Amino acid sequence: MTQAERQQWDVVVVGAGGAGLRAAIEAREQGARTAVICKSLFGKAHTVMAEGGIAASMGNANPGDNWQVHFRDTMRGGKFLNQWRMAELHAREAPDRVWELETWGALFDRTKDGRISQRNFGGHEYPRLAHVGDRTGLELIRTLQQKIVSLQQEDKERFGDYEARLKVFQECTVTRVLKDDGRVSGAFCYERESGRFFVLEAPSVILATGGIGKSFKVTSNSWEYTGDGHALALLAGAPLVNMEFVQFHPTGMVWPPSVKGILVTESVRGDGGVLRNSDGKRFMFDYIPDVFREKYAETEEEGDRWYEDPDNNRRPPELLPRDEVARAINSEVKAGRGSPHGGVFLDVSTRMPAEVIRRRLPSMYHQFKELADVDITAEPMEVGPTCHYVMGGVAVESDTAAAVGVPGLYAAGEVAGGMHGSNRLGGNSLSDLLVFGRRAGLSAAQYAAGLGAARPAVADAQVAAAAEEALRPFAAHGAAAGGRPENPYTLHQELQQTMNDLVGIIRREEEMKQALRTLGELRVRTRGAGVEGHRQFNPGWHLALDLRNMLLVSECVARAALERTESRGGHTREDYPDMERDWRRVNLLCRLADPDADEGQIALERTNTEPIRPDLLALFDKEELVKYLAEEELYE
Amino acid sequence: MTTYDASFRVWRGDTAGGGLKDFTVEVNDGEVVLDIIHRLQATQAPDLAVRWNCKAGKCGSCSAEINGRPRLMCMTRMSVFSRDEVITVTPLRAFPVVRDLVTDVSFNYEKAREIPSFVPPPGVAPGDYRMRQEDVDRPQEFRKCIECFLCQDTCHVVRDHEENKAAFAGPRFLMRIAELDMHPLDAAEEAGLDRKRTAQDEHGLGYCNITKCCTEVCPEQIKITDNALIPLKERAVDRKYDPLVWLGNKIGRRRP
Ligand SMILES: Cc1cc2nc3c(=O)[nH]c(=O)nc-3n(C[C@H](O)[C@H](O)[C@H](O)COP(=O)(O)OP(=O)(O)OC[C@H]3O[C@@H](n4cnc5c(N)ncnc54)[C@H](O)[C@@H]3O)c2cc1C
Ligand code: SF4
Ligand code: SF4
Ligand code: FES
Repeated sequence: MTQAERQQWDVVVVGAGGAGLRAAIEAREQGARTAVICKSLFGKAHTVMAEGGIAASMGNANPGDNWQVHFRDTMRGGKFLNQWRMAELHAREAPDRVWELETWGALFDRTKDGRISQRNFGGHEYPRLAHVGDRTGLELIRTLQQKIVSLQQEDKERFGDYEARLKVFQECTVTRVLKDDGRVSGAFCYERESGRFFVLEAPSVILATGGIGKSFKVTSNSWEYTGDGHALALLAGAPLVNMEFVQFHPTGMVWPPSVKGILVTESVRGDGGVLRNSDGKRFMFDYIPDVFREKYAETEEEGDRWYEDPDNNRRPPELLPRDEVARAINSEVKAGRGSPHGGVFLDVSTRMPAEVIRRRLPSMYHQFKELADVDITAEPMEVGPTCHYVMGGVAVESDTAAAVGVPGLYAAGEVAGGMHGSNRLGGNSLSDLLVFGRRAGLSAAQYAAGLGAARPAVADAQVAAAAEEALRPFAAHGAAAGGRPENPYTLHQELQQTMNDLVGIIRREEEMKQALRTLGELRVRTRGAGVEGHRQFNPGWHLALDLRNMLLVSECVARAALERTESRGGHTREDYPDMERDWRRVNLLCRLADPDADEGQIALERTNTEPIRPDLLALFDKEELVKYLAEEELYE
Repeated sequence: MTTYDASFRVWRGDTAGGGLKDFTVEVNDGEVVLDIIHRLQATQAPDLAVRWNCKAGKCGSCSAEINGRPRLMCMTRMSVFSRDEVITVTPLRAFPVVRDLVTDVSFNYEKAREIPSFVPPPGVAPGDYRMRQEDVDRPQEFRKCIECFLCQDTCHVVRDHEENKAAFAGPRFLMRIAELDMHPLDAAEEAGLDRKRTAQDEHGLGYCNITKCCTEVCPEQIKITDNALIPLKERAVDRKYDPLVWLGNKIGRRRP
């Protein structure tokens, strides 16, 4: 049997992005001995890629802003499907979480009077995104990373050991959350460098693993986004919610093929960039949906005036929520009005002087210049939708970030569901990471402390089973000596193509059924995925293990998408194009049914969401609410 | 769309040793070196070890040496090479190899921990921080750093001099000291910490002889030498020879 070293911690945080690091800081400050574990090097998590900014109603750019307005925008963006208590907490606490970053050394761009500058973004009524050029995520992650280092320096002073109370296990992967009698007892992990197995025993495990984009072919996401946390939760018995809602960002690069999907930040539009089709027309004016009609400009002139005078003009429709813009682009391309490489044109070159573009959008300038030979100060970019974010995730209690039904398990950040409803507004993720990362760290530390000495144990048998599962790809290679083992890279490519083509931005019943059949086949073939070589830093092996997670999560997306017979936010059905008020209250929970079944591992459950608290409902006009809420809800 | 076959030589091996291995591999329009490495993984060498994350020049994971020059693989277009050129990809030389193109970069994380952190100004509540853009411009330039460690790899002070590693933080972390030193609200001085001095005395600023090699390889085009190291040196020197400070140091602090 494989030996696995064991270590004891109070809180284990899986993930070192914004959510994980904020959770770890909080848990450690609460006095919990905290371990952070992440697949990449410390400071490289996906959060580093975030560009545009972090949404918080500090009111620095427009004093009219406050948490209520932010809450309203978030609910509208999510088409009222949001777990409203999360949206409320998020809107209330985001400013404090941003200000706190400054006390840890963050340097945001400034307003004239020296406060944090805030920029416009789609769906936000006021300029609300704190930012640093177009590299806000880097600033966020570096600040949190450096805060962790400063806590470690304190511990070094006090205990003579940097890692006495807070340790980062970098380039390690968790493959199982372990349980004892229904409660969390730890995590089973391998070190990527050596392939060595180890167990972190802890009563609290926080999942902060980010998203699932690597199940799609065209995506802005990094290799880490294999849905691990989603799968770990399912396998540990916790349900996922809202999995049908996947955000396709309207503007990804489309050319050359090797960079297809890489993000073009929304700030390009927030700062004045416009979308045009091959006829040179600003087509977004034709795509303003009824629910947003009063809030957006009807003429180009009005839209243009808004940048200077937002109080007396309405915003241009390029700044509609992402789902609307992505669908519009999709339709234009389909109608034959696309750009040469199958996107549309996004132009800043005719809107701002070259020097302003280079200053405000430095990474975009660089990215297009280096990767596509396009000078965005002189010519338009070509852009098209790219899989960007998953709204769905682990179902959690709003206040504590505790996963439903599994004591000791928590989830925060992109891996958690509910906060963004059917569609996330730009900038609301980074703030979400901080608000709920902190809350998760707090609850996890308190729960661990509350247990005293009565901690759940890790049984040897569970460790052995996890080790065997992790070694299967090597066994599969041996077993296939006669036949040929499946190549994990090929399986991954087929999975990505399937999700992209059949469960993508526009969905149809037949295609999703086909996707489920294909996923079933891929699952069977994945059992035969074999890898060569040894366990030291072996990417083929890592991928073979990640496939389990991607297949589970993809099935959740496909099943929930097939079930929801309406269109809302990030879920668009060609066969059910309208938003149905009756569906608003319905959440689809995904649970693990039978992990070994060839035909589907996921069972769906319909639940009704809690009614929105009356004082929060009162923040909206009745005329607006009738567009979203069913008759009975209005009079409750 | 045009396609051709390129000749690649990739270092393969581990702590026990290794060598360059030849591959012939397809290249398509617009691709970068990292695409080619991925194609090798998917078709010829499934266990070829390489670090990467974002494939967009934002995370600083995919550092390697391409034809001997430290670069990000995801930001190196194949079109910068001629079609008949042999492209050699090797791991960062200044750090110990783990496997193939992956090196042990823990040196950098150790150095990061040794730099004293930001000291918040006492009595300023969160939300009350006020700074002018002109004053944050300079430290912001350094905060563009994606920690690719290419500058650390290229700096001759440590590149072939393992023995200097203990005493020298490297350009990235000397720059971090400069950044904190230029932070408009950092209260280190009030707390009795002289950052310039620690740069000189504890982090090896004196080893740097301003060759600017670090600046040349920085993918973020940060002017490491001109904007961080030289000003830090000038000020450290100022401090050192300011007789009053010198006297104060003599009296206040005894170093072994
Ligand atoms: C290009 C781009 C630009 C964006 N711009 C913005 C923006 O401007 N504003 C905004 O609000 N949002 C933005 N987003 C979205 C936002 O960046 C992400 O949603 C957010 O960063 C996710 O953070 P996280 O903390 O949940 O996870 P991540 O930062 O992704 O971190 C996940 C962590 O989990 C670890 N992990 C995963 N699986 C395992 C495992 N099995 N074992 C161990 N560790 C594991 C990873 O290694 C990583 O450390 C952007 C996204 C992209 C792709
Ligand atoms: S300028 Fe200094 S730090 Fe930079 S490479 Fe030269 S010696 Fe090293
Ligand atoms: S300063 Fe430049 S070269 Fe050095 S680590 Fe940072 S980004 Fe890389
Ligand atoms: S993969 Fe992120 S910089 Fe190259």
